[in-house]
Amino acid sequence: MKLITAIIKPFKLDEVKDALKAANVTGITVTEVRGFGRQGGHVETYRGAEYKVDFIPKVRLELVVDDAVADQVVEVIVKSAGTGKIGDGKVWITEVSRVIRIRTGEEGRDAI
Amino acid sequence: MDSAGLVWVLISSALVLFMTPGLAFFYGGMDRRRNVLNMLLMNFYCILAVPVLWMVLGYSLAQVPFDNDFIGSFDSFLLSDITAAGDGGTLATIAFLGMFAAITPALISGAVAGRMKFSAWAIFVPLWLFIVYVPVFKWVYGGWLGQRGSLDFAGGTAIHVNAGIAALAAVLVLGKRRVDPAPPHSMPLVMIGTGILWFGWFGFNAGSALAANGQAAQAFMNTFLAGAAAGLAWILVEWMRDGRPSNLGAASGIVAGLVAITPAAGYVSGGAPLAIGAIAGAVCCYAVRLKTKLGYDDALDVVGVHFVGGLVGSLLIGFFANPSFFEGSFSEGIFYGGSADLLIEQALANGVAIVWSFVLTWVIMKVLAATVGVRAEEQAELTGLDLALHSETAYHD
Repeated sequence: MKLITAIIKPFKLDEVKDALKAANVTGITVTEVRGFGRQGGHVETYRGAEYKVDFIPKVRLELVVDDAVADQVVEVIVKSAGTGKIGDGKVWITEVSRVIRIRTGEEGRDAI
Repeated sequence: MDSAGLVWVLISSALVLFMTPGLAFFYGGMDRRRNVLNMLLMNFYCILAVPVLWMVLGYSLAQVPFDNDFIGSFDSFLLSDITAAGDGGTLATIAFLGMFAAITPALISGAVAGRMKFSAWAIFVPLWLFIVYVPVFKWVYGGWLGQRGSLDFAGGTAIHVNAGIAALAAVLVLGKRRVDPAPPHSMPLVMIGTGILWFGWFGFNAGSALAANGQAAQAFMNTFLAGAAAGLAWILVEWMRDGRPSNLGAASGIVAGLVAITPAAGYVSGGAPLAIGAIAGAVCCYAVRLKTKLGYDDALDVVGVHFVGGLVGSLLIGFFANPSFFEGSFSEGIFYGGSADLLIEQALANGVAIVWSFVLTWVIMKVLAATVGVRAEEQAELTGLDLALHSETAYHD
């Protein structure tokens, strides 16, 4: 099994979720995160004083998928999360050694 | 006091009480999330401790008898010489003034935000009330400064200049925050606080007429005109200078205008509140930068808004006071045919209040620093005062 992790722009979440559902992905986990890559932060001004905000809000998606569909799912994410502008994010794949469904104890493919 | 006046003063008292929670949210939203509860409790503490102290001895020393030059007496200790016989005006006035006594030390909390021990604050408030607030209040209202002809309708000198300069003294002793300043953690809270403050300010200013009459009505008008003009002035300056208008700018401008009109509310008319508000809004928009230039850590700009705004408004009375509008017996301002005498008295009254408040606040803080300590522990400051001093977290799931 593969763990697909994606960092995307928060406003793209609905679109990515819909695209993943259409691709028959059975579940995803979403976390609100902050970070920066090449995009860099921004400056906020309060009462004339400037505050540099380095971190930008992003959303992290995590999904465990069968090896056979991993590349296809990555395609779906890249297509639906991209805007062409800086800060679109990244996707990466790592190996999962075991996955268990808590309710039933099923493992592997039956747990996805 | 006639019955309409009594009703108005009682309602105004409730409005002014509401301003302390309003101030709590105004400041609390500006501070970091990890300190918001500490800020709220510093403010709520004032409406816990001060009403008790005011009733027991504060009122007596501050106003009984009204004509004493420097300090009152123990005659009304525990309000023992006052009954509900008669029209109730005295009782209502005591309650009304007590709300002012409560919010004045609360103003200082915004400056010391994020690094003051709560135990030190808990002792500071009663000490400051009796050593600084009560004497200055006495001198302005019925005492030697008021007798000289200076004007302070609702507490520009006695409250805003007083607390504002005290805030400066307090932060000079306390020192700077170890954690860098951060953007406000909740601007919505700040705006809620601003709305509550403006609403309550109608009681603060118009209630100070202690009557249901034309002066109260004009003070009411002045209160919304000055707040509006100042808010506009601030965001216009901001828009031109910094590139865009902001909520914090609007909120700060509104408060600056309300502070500035506080001493003048029952003495000015026509377009004067618009001018006073606009001037205060624009001036304070720049005054908040003083702390960066001069290097003191007035965390939430108490000096820049309350001290400067109050001083501006108080001095502008010397120009705009219009007794004929009110059929009043006070002096004319320069724009209404008066001499510079009133302006000089305003300057003197503020000067006296500034010196007394600054020096004695500094002394109180130094004594506290040497005894119980005023500064929170470094770890407390870094991880947040809410958890360290109160074992509370503002926002759980």
